Amino acid sequence: MDNFRAGRHISQQYNDELEEIKNHLLSMGGLVEQQLEKASIALIEGNTKLADEVYRAGSRVNALEKVIDEESAQCLARRQPAAGDLRLIVTVIKAVSDIERVGDQAERLARFASQLAKHPRPKNNYHEVYQLAQHVQKMFHDALDAYARGDEKLALKIIKDDVNVDYEYEAIMRQHITYMMEDPRSINSSLDVLWAIRALERVGDHACNICEYLVYLVKGQDIRHSDDRSFSD
Amino acid sequence: MNFNKQEVAITIADLNLTYDGKMALQDISLQIPKNKVTAFIGPSGCGKSTLLRCLNRMNDLISYCKVQGEIIIDGQDIYNKSVNVADLRRKVGMVFQQPNPFPKSIYENVAYGLRLQGLKNRLFLDEVVEKSLRSAALWDEVKDRLHENALGLSGGQQQRLVIARAIAIEPEILLLDEPASALDPTSTLKIEELIYELKQSYTIIIVTHNMQQAGRVSDYTAFMHMGAMVEFSNTRTIFTNPCEKQTEDYITGRYG
Repeated sequence: MDNFRAGRHISQQYNDELEEIKNHLLSMGGLVEQQLEKASIALIEGNTKLADEVYRAGSRVNALEKVIDEESAQCLARRQPAAGDLRLIVTVIKAVSDIERVGDQAERLARFASQLAKHPRPKNNYHEVYQLAQHVQKMFHDALDAYARGDEKLALKIIKDDVNVDYEYEAIMRQHITYMMEDPRSINSSLDVLWAIRALERVGDHACNICEYLVYLVKGQDIRHSDDRSFSD
Repeated sequence: MNFNKQEVAITIADLNLTYDGKMALQDISLQIPKNKVTAFIGPSGCGKSTLLRCLNRMNDLISYCKVQGEIIIDGQDIYNKSVNVADLRRKVGMVFQQPNPFPKSIYENVAYGLRLQGLKNRLFLDEVVEKSLRSAALWDEVKDRLHENALGLSGGQQQRLVIARAIAIEPEILLLDEPASALDPTSTLKIEELIYELKQSYTIIIVTHNMQQAGRVSDYTAFMHMGAMVEFSNTRTIFTNPCEKQTEDYITGRYG
């Protein structure tokens, strides 16, 4: 946590700039969280109006992405950040693109929600998909929370949890493959479900990426692409 | 950090230094690697220039300065009574913050050290002057006016001339005390480029207040605070992930 203080610079202006970048990142994350939530409700309720709201929020997310990139570039050019400050900027630049992609996945999910709304709905109303959606929503929320608080322990927990998302994803895929084999008329809607859960599974991956950046931010250690997702103190 | 014996140019062991009884350097132990650039950084008064000046015994000129501990260069403690200080300074050259060329011609400035050694052969001197000026990346700018007064050069050129003068006598180690702080950004970059070229042949130690400069030119960085060595590590580590909070506070511009 100690490494993650934007404040205490001799230059108050520098404190403010870093704080601003961090705040923008978190509000962008918040917007995308809402998109994801609305998209999954749109899916389970077959609510196309809600799905439209998800698309509309996309432009605000994209605008924030550009603002954060610009602020980060300005900081690099004018402040030449070092050590913890440098790691903050580097991870913000990376996290921004992951968050933006989560937003894209939410929009895809909304699109499939609109399409599925046109088909006859199964009795359970795609409950299994909704559960997966809730699982990755929580992962994404926790990842942003961990980032905001500089909590690398929570981040590691989230990374470990990703395997469960993969299990759920596989289970739903098998289930729908079975449906398609049993009744070819379900192929259309089942394919949409498969695309939708694929989007959700990707959200879990992006949440993990953000957690990996956070570990680098707090500990200075790059744990990406390593089997041993632990770090030494 | 520990290096192999062959890789070490200077070993400093338990160095303590007092000015008039006041502690200026405290228990400094450090190995400075050969043919690398080592930067000393730290706030004003932290002792970095004092430590640099210990390395060729410039502190001998200050009567109330007392040095304890060892500084070993080429297997010999340079504070041993048998050491000839002139020989030591031939081996360990120094460049200061303000360029200080002699009020002589460019040529004579570079040849000065060789003349002191009694060398008079014109051809040999010509050769060394050209070679040194080339190494200092100044030759092309001054080759047509070698016999003009050196004080007519710009600050950046004067600083490179002083470096040429220092390397004319082929030292092993070059000490640079804020070599670019009085220069404009272009001249600063030329000096930095020069440091990069020179490290192939010399061990370079640079004191600088400009952290970005330390980050650009050095392979190793030592952070000092109040006469103590707080952290010595790869420059890469110091600037991305320093171990000590004090180091982090200093290089990121926070209150200590």
